[in-house]
Amino acid sequence: MKTYDAIIIGAGHNGLVNACYLQRAGLDVLVVEKNDWIGGAAVSRELTPGFLYSNCSYVCSLFRPEIMRDLELPKHGLQVIAYEGGAVLTQDGDYLASYRDHDAHRREYARWSPRDAEAYERYARDVTRQCRFIQPLLMRTAPDPTSFRPRDVSELVYLGRKFAGLSAQEMAEMLRFWTMSISDFLDEYFETDVIKAYLALSGIIGTALGPMSPGTAYVLLHHYMGEVDGSVGAWGYARGGMGAVTRALADSFRASGGTIRTEAEVERVLVKGGEAKGVVLAGGEEVLGRLVVSNADVKRTFLKLVEEKELPDPFLRRVRNFKIRGSSGKVNIALDSMPEFPALPKDSPCLRGDLHFTDSVERMERAYDDWKAERWSADPFLDMVMPTTLDPTMAAPGKHFMSCFVQYCPPKVDGRDWTDADRDAFAETVISQIADYSPGFRDRIVHMEVRTPRELEAEVGLTEGNIFQGELTFDQLLFNRPVPGYAQYRSPVNGLYMCGSSTHPGGGVMGAPGRNAAAEILRDLKKPTKHMSEAHDVI
Amino acid sequence: MTSFDDIVIGGGHNGLVAATVLAKAGRKVLVLEAEDETGGAARKHEFHPGFRVSSVAHVLNRLHPDVVKALELDRLGLTLEGRTMPTIALAPDAGPVVLRGAYGETVDGLSLSDAAGWAELRALLFRQVGVLKPLLARRAPDLEAMSLSEKLALGGVALSLRRLGKEGMRDFLRMLLMNVDDVTGEFVENDALRGLLAFDAVQGSHLGPRSPTSLIGLYFRLAGEIGGAEGGQMLPKGGMGAVIEAMHAAAERRGVTIRAKAPVSRILIEKGRAVGVVLADGEEIRARTVVSAINPRTTFADLVGPRELDTGFLRKILNVRMKGNVARLYLALDGVPSFAGVAADDHAGRLVIAPSSNAVENAFNPAKYGEFSPEPAMEIVLPSLSDPSLAPGGACVLSANVQFAPYALKGGWDKGKPKFLKAIVAQLERCAKGIGKTILASELLTPADIEARFRMPGGHWHHGELQPDQMLMSRPVFGAGGYDTPIDGLYLAGAGSHPGGGVSGVPGMNAARRVLAEK
Amino acid sequence: MAKATKSTSARRDAQAHIEMLRLETPFHPRLEALSQQNDWYTWAGYKAPLSLWDEELEYFAIRSQAALFDISPMVKYRIEGPDAEAFCNRLTLRDVAKLKPGRVHYTAWCDENGHVLDDGTLFRLSADRFRLCCQERHLPWLMDSAIGFDVEVEEETETIAGLALQGPTSFAVLRAAGLDGVERLKPFDLATFPHKRGTVTISRTGFTGDLGYELFVDARQALSLWDRLMEAGRVHGIRAIGYTALNRARIEAGFIVANADFVTAEHAVRADRVRMPDEIGLGWMVDREKGHFNGRRAILKAREKGALRHVLVGLEVEGNVPAEHAIVYHKGKREVGLVSAAIWSPTAKRNIAIASLDRPYGDTVTDDLWVEIYAMRELRYVKLMKRARVVERPFVKLARRSATPPGDF
Repeated sequence: MKTYDAIIIGAGHNGLVNACYLQRAGLDVLVVEKNDWIGGAAVSRELTPGFLYSNCSYVCSLFRPEIMRDLELPKHGLQVIAYEGGAVLTQDGDYLASYRDHDAHRREYARWSPRDAEAYERYARDVTRQCRFIQPLLMRTAPDPTSFRPRDVSELVYLGRKFAGLSAQEMAEMLRFWTMSISDFLDEYFETDVIKAYLALSGIIGTALGPMSPGTAYVLLHHYMGEVDGSVGAWGYARGGMGAVTRALADSFRASGGTIRTEAEVERVLVKGGEAKGVVLAGGEEVLGRLVVSNADVKRTFLKLVEEKELPDPFLRRVRNFKIRGSSGKVNIALDSMPEFPALPKDSPCLRGDLHFTDSVERMERAYDDWKAERWSADPFLDMVMPTTLDPTMAAPGKHFMSCFVQYCPPKVDGRDWTDADRDAFAETVISQIADYSPGFRDRIVHMEVRTPRELEAEVGLTEGNIFQGELTFDQLLFNRPVPGYAQYRSPVNGLYMCGSSTHPGGGVMGAPGRNAAAEILRDLKKPTKHMSEAHDVI
Repeated sequence: MTSFDDIVIGGGHNGLVAATVLAKAGRKVLVLEAEDETGGAARKHEFHPGFRVSSVAHVLNRLHPDVVKALELDRLGLTLEGRTMPTIALAPDAGPVVLRGAYGETVDGLSLSDAAGWAELRALLFRQVGVLKPLLARRAPDLEAMSLSEKLALGGVALSLRRLGKEGMRDFLRMLLMNVDDVTGEFVENDALRGLLAFDAVQGSHLGPRSPTSLIGLYFRLAGEIGGAEGGQMLPKGGMGAVIEAMHAAAERRGVTIRAKAPVSRILIEKGRAVGVVLADGEEIRARTVVSAINPRTTFADLVGPRELDTGFLRKILNVRMKGNVARLYLALDGVPSFAGVAADDHAGRLVIAPSSNAVENAFNPAKYGEFSPEPAMEIVLPSLSDPSLAPGGACVLSANVQFAPYALKGGWDKGKPKFLKAIVAQLERCAKGIGKTILASELLTPADIEARFRMPGGHWHHGELQPDQMLMSRPVFGAGGYDTPIDGLYLAGAGSHPGGGVSGVPGMNAARRVLAEK
Repeated sequence: MAKATKSTSARRDAQAHIEMLRLETPFHPRLEALSQQNDWYTWAGYKAPLSLWDEELEYFAIRSQAALFDISPMVKYRIEGPDAEAFCNRLTLRDVAKLKPGRVHYTAWCDENGHVLDDGTLFRLSADRFRLCCQERHLPWLMDSAIGFDVEVEEETETIAGLALQGPTSFAVLRAAGLDGVERLKPFDLATFPHKRGTVTISRTGFTGDLGYELFVDARQALSLWDRLMEAGRVHGIRAIGYTALNRARIEAGFIVANADFVTAEHAVRADRVRMPDEIGLGWMVDREKGHFNGRRAILKAREKGALRHVLVGLEVEGNVPAEHAIVYHKGKREVGLVSAAIWSPTAKRNIAIASLDRPYGDTVTDDLWVEIYAMRELRYVKLMKRARVVERPFVKLARRSATPPGDF
């Protein structure tokens, strides 16, 4: 019976990134995927004839350019198109737009407040400073601060030096930034509600926190670390939908000799004598591998796929305590014509970017209060995009695919599981919010897919439907991610590794966890890593 | 004209401590108090004929042993030994949970598994507090120019962190910035206990128990000690007034001049240096240094004034979040109330209404939008049980901290206050049936009232939110985090400075030491 | 925080701004008509000419005739109120009490760390009214600085149009335009003159080191002012010019430009790029006698501790190849700084440069300095290592700049 060098559980983007790097290091790698499609949460699916849906993740920015280059993804069809703008439509019939042009952006803010328009410079500078500090850490393995191993010590020294290179004032500012709520942080710069609401949204997307929760300023950073072709902080669409990312990865993987098996759900990891030896598929088939890498989240991996007896108590306890609360839902819509938003100028560039209706931080926070009470938000926050305005490949000319990311949406409703009726009511809340700003919207709907945390867990395998495979709070970042003592992609079981978003540096279609895990695995195997680019310089 | 070495603005406990420590070093010190008497937020207040309470601080739980020692308070009539009071977490339906000894050394009312969980959590928290405690006692580390002793102290913290062991350190680095609700949920199930811990963590701050970093409030609480009991609490003999009386006596014994009814209108600055103060009546008093033991915003925005400050510094000062969330309630009752399920003796303890962690979170939600909690959480003491002189015979005084009451209520407190009082009494009724009918008189102080009465901007008893971005060298703001300020000769000594509020005396003591070290 | 939020109707009226990404200045119709080169750049969001017909000849218009340059995109703030003087005094480095009504001075302002936020000119229009002109935008800073002062601050960049009229015949042009009394203006004087039904404010200031004036007018009167000057200037050789020519003149005059010769504190992403006044040659502005001002403590402390790390100097470089953005070396080896602006000076006939050096180089160590020039010639860098000498600024000093009454050329 064949023994693979490595078996990757899950053909999500991180699993595929990991697989690519291992395969290119000369390993014989198998990726097993439970669904009959690949891509995990980065997929394009034709859910209704003629419309391609990015039905899970929907925008691309965080994906590391180093990885795109190493794995030759452009050659395999990946192309990212930048947003043209964005807007919040306000309740008084006006809007706040975000423009790419610096001066137009300033004048747009000045329409609301001359002060805020001129405050943006200092705000941007301060956020950029924080970004520059954190960005180089994305492609490094977090050190274990309790360890005296030379590598951990030298990595700690690296961090220490980076920190010590700052002035006392910068250190204080950094500590403040990391612990503040995005709302309090923005209050120090801006006076206008809608401006704060627009800027705050990056502080909450994907988290089970409200804009007034401490720590959300850091979350903002997590969303600002992306870039589209060197334009840092920019967001864009993957041409052909988010599936183009994983399709390119899969093609790259196969081109280098790797194998992918779909409809191969892993029932458990085969562990013998404390070592991972392969996986057992549903149906009982054993597939042998010299090592196993799980792209599933840490709870799924260790509470479902590995037998309890193989894991030490403190580890299990920490895994059980891992916070992985789903907070978002998605409503994916096929439209037979371009919706109208009368508040926006005709053919506004904002239509080719992100649209929102939450015009105050208070509304955003109240939406979160609903979630805390285990209800979906009555007045939800929407991050709405129509990739087809820039990408002709996803629908016929004149037709549009609209992705609505919705916050907040709890994993359970009033303490019980979601029902189909709940799901429909949730969708109605979203549609009616859009229809308030877009007359005739309902009539344009051809097809709709509604995903609550229930569907995200069942279909994509994300525990509780958390899109980041675990909250991005301090207790689950850096050397604490996913759990203290196991933040270096290894697990208590020899030969079993983690490479999903549960690991450092966390979620988003970034690829860094998959890449970093590959680096650690190759280190253990004493294999060269010359095919892996160093993190790009931040100069 | 007499001239002084140091002028201390504000005769609250921190002002008195600072003045005494300075005087003890042989300096001539003047304390200027705006009100009729010293004591600030800890002074006594007669809110109804014959009924008296301690104005704001109503339980002693963190008076620092070094302060007791430096001021020799034990020799001045303050007894702190052996009087730790229990905490009763009221649970109208399930029956109360009672924490005895120093913060629940033993607990009544828990299931076996919760009792074990609590013992584990308590021990863990105290181990972690042990790491933080030295940081909360000393001047915040000055990252720019660390003195040898500061480096050693920081090294000591690192060492005590190592002493937690590998797993202990991992727990600590994980938990430090967590929310209190998640942490307690990992150890205990009992709603009343989790509610109490949630309440204690967020008492006095604009956070809910599910807000990240809220565990820090609990660490802060547990870092206090009294009479050697870590996490302990007490009502000293003679009430909180006795603490102030002892401090006042300590100051006078060291030759400090204390002038009441002497509000300062301005700090005199010449060539960037503080050289004295001007009183409201125009009197000018000069000194080598000025120590402000009042609110940092008042100190800079009002007494120093923007013209002597840099815009950037003033901006930081005005950005300090200090909108209070706690209302003070005084009730004159015609008899001792009876809280359901609470033993008669335990009524002299600290009674907390926080039925669950989520109840505290729900109470917090409206405060974010300038609304009060329809079902507020509160901490209650009946001080007249320990000190009968506070109420006429047979009658009783109830003193409570009620959360959440926003500083700026939508629609204004004039209209809102009667409604809020009604909500509070309804909440009291749930735990002490019939209490409403025994109320002879009541006084409810919202943060806006506290601001006006105690000259605390925002009515915030810590003089600034005690959250990580406003702690250590960033308390009250970076650039004034080490008691000294951008103005030469001007020092801060109040709760707005590191380590923060509560009747600890630490800011006052550290500020005085800083003044002495700089000469 | 002082509020400056706009009303709903004002907001809606402004929605159309997005139809044009680059704003046009009030003089744009005239500039466009004169632009033979069609050579534009973006200045603070406005379309502005780099050159109009011949950048070299435009430069000579400054030095031998009269040159008209549109300075409308310059950021302008109105500062008005009983405390305006006290406000400006706390804001800026120089003593504003010494700035009499009808006078202008060049000044700079710092944050609390003593780092320069910007430099600019402060016009004292009356006892309690000022205009601050600068390169960058500072409304939040100015509004926060106004806390505790009875003063109003308003941004008026769009509503006030500005022209610089510079060169030997500039006075003659103004006189011919009928602006009687201009002859009385000494350098840094300002006065108001009738124009149409309104007024024009004229100051004897400029960015060229030559005889010259700056004129400010309500944007609605801009074109009539332009026409009046062009008409009057016809026989005095008046020419409209673009930025390239002006930039040469300003380098000769030794003036620095924010975010070209130094990085302003609010824009510096890299924390070590900020500069104190003493580090960019503006130490002379710091008035330690006048009372408190922003940055005072930090600046005095840095001086006392010898913590100043940079110095801005004028260099004269061997040869005639401009040393733009060249690295400066000591003894040809040790890297000690960077040239931020450099030209061959047609007027001084010297190869001049403005450079930022790391102290002590340029400060106490001024010998043996070199610049490494990379001159791109037909797709190959010609590398030159040239000796550089620290020299006085301005590089070009013209007696006519300050002669009063002004020369009538």
